[in-house]
Amino acid sequence: MNGSGKSTLFKAIMGMVRPDRGTVLLDGAPPARARRAQAVGYVPQSEDVDWAFPLAVRDVVMTGRYGFQGWTRRPRAADREAVAHALDRVGLSDLADRQIGALSGGQRKRAFVARGLAQGATTLLLDEPFAGVDKRSEATITALLRELAADGACVLVSTHDLHALPALADEAVLFLRRVLLRATPAEVLRPENLALAFGLEAAP
Amino acid sequence: MTVLDPLLEPLSFEFMRTALAVTLMAGVVCGVLSCWLVLVGWSLMGDAVSHAVLPGVVLAYVVGAPFALGALLFGLLAVTLIGAVRDTSRVKEDAAIGVVFTTLFALGLVLISVTPSQTDLNHILFGNLLGVSRADLVQVLVLGAVALAVVVLKRRDLTLFAFDPVHAHAIGLSPRRLGALLLGLLALTVVVALQAVGVVLVVALLITPGATAHLLTDRFSRMLWIAPLVAAGSGVVGLYASYYLDTSSGGTVVVTLGLAFALAYLLSPRHGLVATRFASARRRRLTRV
Repeated sequence: MNGSGKSTLFKAIMGMVRPDRGTVLLDGAPPARARRAQAVGYVPQSEDVDWAFPLAVRDVVMTGRYGFQGWTRRPRAADREAVAHALDRVGLSDLADRQIGALSGGQRKRAFVARGLAQGATTLLLDEPFAGVDKRSEATITALLRELAADGACVLVSTHDLHALPALADEAVLFLRRVLLRATPAEVLRPENLALAFGLEAAP
Repeated sequence: MTVLDPLLEPLSFEFMRTALAVTLMAGVVCGVLSCWLVLVGWSLMGDAVSHAVLPGVVLAYVVGAPFALGALLFGLLAVTLIGAVRDTSRVKEDAAIGVVFTTLFALGLVLISVTPSQTDLNHILFGNLLGVSRADLVQVLVLGAVALAVVVLKRRDLTLFAFDPVHAHAIGLSPRRLGALLLGLLALTVVVALQAVGVVLVVALLITPGATAHLLTDRFSRMLWIAPLVAAGSGVVGLYASYYLDTSSGGTVVVTLGLAFALAYLLSPRHGLVATRFASARRRRLTRV
């Protein structure tokens, strides 16, 4: 739900804001150390990206490797290999030289997921990844995220799309400024539980 | 040889050779930096920093320091003040920029009015390509080379900062530090271009080449070649035009640059007005059939 604080939660996980209370640990490490270890991958919301930016898909994925490179970020053979592998895994190898905005909504998301793959991120954050994405691409992305989770990555998705939830996630958190409920998607989606979040909206 | 004479003749004067060197250096450095400025959306920031250096230039003349030093100090002061006002009050960034740079610019005008001067207001405001001294030339070339070297070595980080600062943060880089680097480079570049086109028109060199290049290509690496070529080319053409037409050199350079932008805006193969109109007209025809 808008204004529930999920963007702020993501920012806290990435260490962009300091939580007023509590601590954030990623695999037991504070966010700064997790970032330096290249553990945190981030897939931005569509409206936060300048799609006219003159970069090719391959260039965007390559920025996932910057943390492994020297201070001029000159790509090495290993970096090119990781990028090619990531592009292959999300099925964008043929479109690697397209300008990033010349992709469809679903392909754009996959490009950013590929960046997280090239980075080898073990915690992947996706902010509303299914907004403006057609059903088929959504299924492709869901399958991809499932694979990543099966490989041991922690994939965190913020979404309004309740219908897609059971197929997407093993665990769901109902969130309204604080964690209301943390359970299986089926449990969270029961009407009386959803009312916890949506019913509160009407209250002052 | 007679064909080349109109090109070579002006170069027999030392002031024209110096002017050409300053124009080329200013064009290349501004052109390269403008690629990031237009993509980050810092056009107004470029305008601000270039105006804000005025008091620094005047004070440098008064105390006999190199003008570049005064300009650089006030450029950085402007950047710092803008950041401070934005971060510590409810004033939004564009308002902070507007307040700070007009105040500093006005302070420069006040200082000029009380300075018994050999400083000619017109030269500072609109450039004085034909009166660049040997010492000024050396400053411009050295500072330009430094700015260019830094920008070329850090180009990938700066591009990441422009495209996705959140990802930069997520992989352990500091977007704040990269932003500060870009602002520092901006201040340095303004100083380089000051002699060529003056305080008021520097912003043209800081924006137009990048905007033109963005119309011509979808590759940032190509923008980094096109923008300095456009800027330096317009500089040379403008300089020769001003020599033969006996017009203001800085003004002619910027008008030439504006014409180059207009050509790209209209005729760019993919993003130009003509091409996009033609394409949409064809789409309409196809759908009608």
